[in-house]
Amino acid sequence: MTHAQPRKRQHLVAGIAGLLFALGLGLAGMTDPNKVLNFLDLFGDWDPSLALVMGGAILVYAPVSRWLQGKSSPRLADQFHWPTKRDIDSKLVGGAVLFGVGWGIAGYCPGPAIVAATGAAGPVLVFFAAMVLGMFLYGLIARRRDTLRAARKAA
Amino acid sequence: MHTDFTPIASTLGGMLIGLAAALLLVFNGRIAGISGILGGLLEAAEGWSWRGVFLLGMVLGGVGLLIFAPATVPGAAIDSLPLLAVAGLLVGFGTRMGGGCTSGHGVCGLSRLSTRSLTATVIFMGAAMLTTGVTRHVLGPWVGAGGAG
Repeated sequence: MTHAQPRKRQHLVAGIAGLLFALGLGLAGMTDPNKVLNFLDLFGDWDPSLALVMGGAILVYAPVSRWLQGKSSPRLADQFHWPTKRDIDSKLVGGAVLFGVGWGIAGYCPGPAIVAATGAAGPVLVFFAAMVLGMFLYGLIARRRDTLRAARKAA
Repeated sequence: MHTDFTPIASTLGGMLIGLAAALLLVFNGRIAGISGILGGLLEAAEGWSWRGVFLLGMVLGGVGLLIFAPATVPGAAIDSLPLLAVAGLLVGFGTRMGGGCTSGHGVCGLSRLSTRSLTATVIFMGAAMLTTGVTRHVLGPWVGAGGAG
C-alpha cells in the first residue's frame, strides 16, 4: 500500500493514540495513585476497579492483535514490530520485581506518571524525573554490557 | 484515602486504552508499551519521532484532564519526596530491565498470550501488592506512606 506521506500519517496516528491512551488512563482512574494503591492493598479498603481496566483493555486489544498476527503488514508501515524475545530470564524476573516494588510504593506506573507529570506538581515531577533517570541508567548499563560482551567475543 | 469502586468508568477507560493500543498496531505496526516508547526515545532508538509524537499526545491528554476533569489527576499519594524518588528510580530501571510495564506486558503481552508477559505481570503485580501491604500496614507510621485505606 502506498501513501503520499506515510510518515506524516504514522505520526498523526501515534499522536491520536497517545491522546486516547492518556484519556483512557484518566477515565479509568489510573492517574489517581490513591486508587492504584487501594487496588494493590488487599488488606485495606480494597478497590477492585483496576482489574477491570486491564480487562477492558484486553477485551478490545486481544481480538485486534490476534487478527493481525496472520497479516503481513500494518496499514501505514512496512512491517509489524512484534516482540521477539521468548525466554524467561533473570532480567525479566528481576526487572519485574524492581518495577513492582516502585509501583507499590508510589502507585504510579510509567503511563500514569507521564500524564500526572503534566500537572507539574512538585512531588509528581520528582517521581517522573527519577523514573526517567532510572530508564536512562538502565540504558547506559545495558549498552556498556553489550560493548564488553562484544569486546570479549572479539578477543 | 478511600476511593470508590468504579466498574463502568474503569471498564470504559480500559477499553479506550485498548483502542489506542489497537490503533497503533493496526496502522503503525507498533506495540503500545509506554516504558518502551519513553525508554526508546531516551536512547534515541530508531523510530524516535513517532515515539515523541505519541508522548506529546499523552501530554495533551494530560492537559485536557487537568482542565476538564482535574479530580482524575490529584497528584502524589505519598508525601515523602525521597520515597517518591526511590520509587521512580525503581519503576524506570525495572521496566527497562524487565522489557515492559503494565501496558506492554500487562495489556499487549497478555493479549498475545505471551508466557514472558504473563510471568512478568504476575511478578510485578505480586511485588507491588506485597510492597503496598508492607509500606501501609507495617512501615506506614514511619515512612508516612499514604494512610491505609
